[in-house]
Amino acid sequence: MIHFVLHDARDTVAVVVVEGIKSGAQLTGWMMDDDRMISLQARQDIPIGHKIALSDMQPGDTVVKYGIDMGKVVAPIAAGEHAHVHNIKTKRW
Amino acid sequence: MAIINRETTFLGYRRENGRVGVRNHVIVLPLDDLSNAAAEAVAHNIKGALAIPHPYGRLQFGADLELHFRTLIGTGCNPNVAAVVVIGIEDGWTKKVVDGIAATGKPVCGFGIEGHGDHDTIMRASKAAREYVQWASEKQREACGIAELWVSTKCGESDTTSGCGANPTVGNAFDKLHPLGSYLCFGETTELTGGEQIVAARCASDAVREKFMFMFNRYQEVINRHKTSDLSDSQPTKGNIAGGLTTIEEKALGNIQKIGKKCTVDGVIDKAEMPTHPGLWFMDSSSAAAEMVTLCAASGYAVHFFPTGQGNVIGNPILPVIKICANPRTVRLMSEHVDVDTSGLLQRELTLDQAGDKLLECMLRTANGRLTAAEALGHREFVLTRLFESA
Repeated sequence: MIHFVLHDARDTVAVVVVEGIKSGAQLTGWMMDDDRMISLQARQDIPIGHKIALSDMQPGDTVVKYGIDMGKVVAPIAAGEHAHVHNIKTKRW
Repeated sequence: MAIINRETTFLGYRRENGRVGVRNHVIVLPLDDLSNAAAEAVAHNIKGALAIPHPYGRLQFGADLELHFRTLIGTGCNPNVAAVVVIGIEDGWTKKVVDGIAATGKPVCGFGIEGHGDHDTIMRASKAAREYVQWASEKQREACGIAELWVSTKCGESDTTSGCGANPTVGNAFDKLHPLGSYLCFGETTELTGGEQIVAARCASDAVREKFMFMFNRYQEVINRHKTSDLSDSQPTKGNIAGGLTTIEEKALGNIQKIGKKCTVDGVIDKAEMPTHPGLWFMDSSSAAAEMVTLCAASGYAVHFFPTGQGNVIGNPILPVIKICANPRTVRLMSEHVDVDTSGLLQRELTLDQAGDKLLECMLRTANGRLTAAEALGHREFVLTRLFESA
């Protein structure tokens, strides 16, 4: 089963695509553009559709998805943690 | 073997001006808010006539009024409409809408309420609507070329699965339609924020690129002029955020998947304007679902691709809205709203090519007459875009 997907090898976040991911779970991820698999341990519960961090990030870091800048980190994030509005903000508006 | 090629046909209604529709509506179109009651009474009297009520049309002026007329006239001109009865509070602006629609050659007439009252207006308009409905009921579908089917797209209640699954499905279908000479359309100006350079790079010429960036920057100025925050909760919406989308940039990068990997952006139109040649058109537009889909209908599009993640339920009175969803939870909980389930994409059980074909197959069936989920459920959202306050 694929638990999360990412688009590009440069991405620092990926999307959880199954329901009920719990902290500690060993996850399989699919890198869509390269069609290869990676694995990662969840460090928090993450709802379907929400993002999991693929690497440790610090405030001010750029978050990459689709291989492109999707915003900035505003609170520290560790790999395997839930990455969302509580730790990422837009660079626009 | 590709699911569509230049020889592919569908069964459509060829209108007086040569355009092809996939529905055969007789509509009763109010010019203004005051005429909704009469329009709805006519549609109640005459089975098969469809009233399209809305809240505007009084004391608008300038570009906002022009857009009002363009949207109403465009709706009447849409080839999914066989004939139109227009009702307005007074004769002048009513005639302006009638004349605009009459240019297509289709049957249209108008009635002003002042000096007659609702009863007399409803009686006269009902007689016209009855004639139109019976006339339209004898129209036959005929085989039409695939390039004669105009297809628009806009996504809604997006989540992260939209960018991974539902939107790339539309992009794959667009990549297959574009070389066949189709008229295609996307928009949602603010929802390109963070990905505008990707769209700009896809523009077919410098002239198109300049016009696109002009429209994009014009809308950014609207946001900057009125914003009181970074638009958190509005763009992305509460529903987007609940679905896992975090920033406007992330939403935009997902949104842009709808224009595929190969299509060039061949032209730019303002709201409710009609494209003038085949290709993929960018229409400057709101990202609010019903506003954008209403504008697509007014621009003349006959079928709409609507990818959703969290489950937007939108429809349109005259434009069949095909819902595509890749979120397995939404497909499970809201199946009655989903026309094309592409959730298999996220488990690698369905290739993008297969998902695109699945959508194109649904498009052809819809064009041939199959009702979409939104049509069967009675979703007829008709929402006019306003540019500024009334006088």
